[in-house]
Amino acid sequence: MEIKPPVPIIPAPIWRNIKDLQEWEQLHQKRPEGDKHSSAFEAITEGIHSFPGGFVVTTPADAFLNWARKSSVWPVTFGLACCAIEMMATFASRFDVERLGMVPWASPRHSDLMVVSGTVTIKMAPMLLRIYDQMPDPKWAVSMGSCANSGGPFRHGYHVVKGVDRVIPVDVYVPGCPPPPESLLNGLLLLQDQIAQFRRTGKRAAPNPKVD
Amino acid sequence: MTHEQAKTFISERFGSAQVEPASAEATAGGGMALTVTVPANDWRPFASFAKNELGCRFFSFSSAVDWKEQGLEVVAKVDNLDTGLSLVMKTKLGPGVSECQSLVPVYRGANWMERECYDMFGIRFNGHPDLRRILLGDDWVGHPLLKSYAVDTPYPPYR
Repeated sequence: MEIKPPVPIIPAPIWRNIKDLQEWEQLHQKRPEGDKHSSAFEAITEGIHSFPGGFVVTTPADAFLNWARKSSVWPVTFGLACCAIEMMATFASRFDVERLGMVPWASPRHSDLMVVSGTVTIKMAPMLLRIYDQMPDPKWAVSMGSCANSGGPFRHGYHVVKGVDRVIPVDVYVPGCPPPPESLLNGLLLLQDQIAQFRRTGKRAAPNPKVD
Repeated sequence: MTHEQAKTFISERFGSAQVEPASAEATAGGGMALTVTVPANDWRPFASFAKNELGCRFFSFSSAVDWKEQGLEVVAKVDNLDTGLSLVMKTKLGPGVSECQSLVPVYRGANWMERECYDMFGIRFNGHPDLRRILLGDDWVGHPLLKSYAVDTPYPPYR
């Protein structure tokens, strides 16, 4: 009796060429510019700017809008691994990010910030991207911990994304394994500082030398 | 049934099976598991024997080892919870062979374990009712715990 295999046999491709890897590295370093902006808002402010003396209006307005944005950054509650425990500790009463205007919110559609707390597996990455896409612009992302930054100890594992910045654009990287709540709090303060520079630079905010 | 009785019983019924440890002193305390290496043809008959006649009704786990050029080895552990007899069943599939008899007709608990084994090692279990990937995505190419699976294999667009 001939025994048929129940599933098709797919030969495993073996990449032993380092050039293939380098191509992928370069491909993922290319990111579209202005991926942080809502294009409608951009068009309106650019329109006002083009009037004579328009910058007199837009510059204070930007300062006000940035102040408003940075004072109510709502992180979406999204925990992936053990870093999520430290993230919860940061959100809880002892470290209390609510005094900075951050309310952990259980809906991506009302949130401005995603704290990627933990290892991003290849199976999880599409879901992470989907949640990120559900957040309204302008939105920010904090990569928390070694795994989300670069893959961490699992970097050479077969199933781990080598850094969440291959999936979504990241503003602040918080190192640590896991980072203590103080580190995450520092990262969130850095993020607020970046948000204060948001419209002035027009692109992704440069790090503030005052804080760094 | 003590370990010594189980060993003689196994060697009576399956003459080609190797039972370890061989010495009686090692199994005197009764805490150590017996390791039984059977030929691949006897894989399911031996499991059925272990369940029905040795009373090892609890299927603990199943996995595999990739011994490179010597081929794959399938491992399963079954327990008799009443008498404390533990059997570690092993079989070598031989070089280049990735087909094995399934234990699902004997132990229902082997279902997902063998799916994982297929997922990670590509071993096709004949007689398994639903052999699909369980942990990795359905579009995954290759079997990552094989030694021939290169480290840092790209997975577009995330790796």
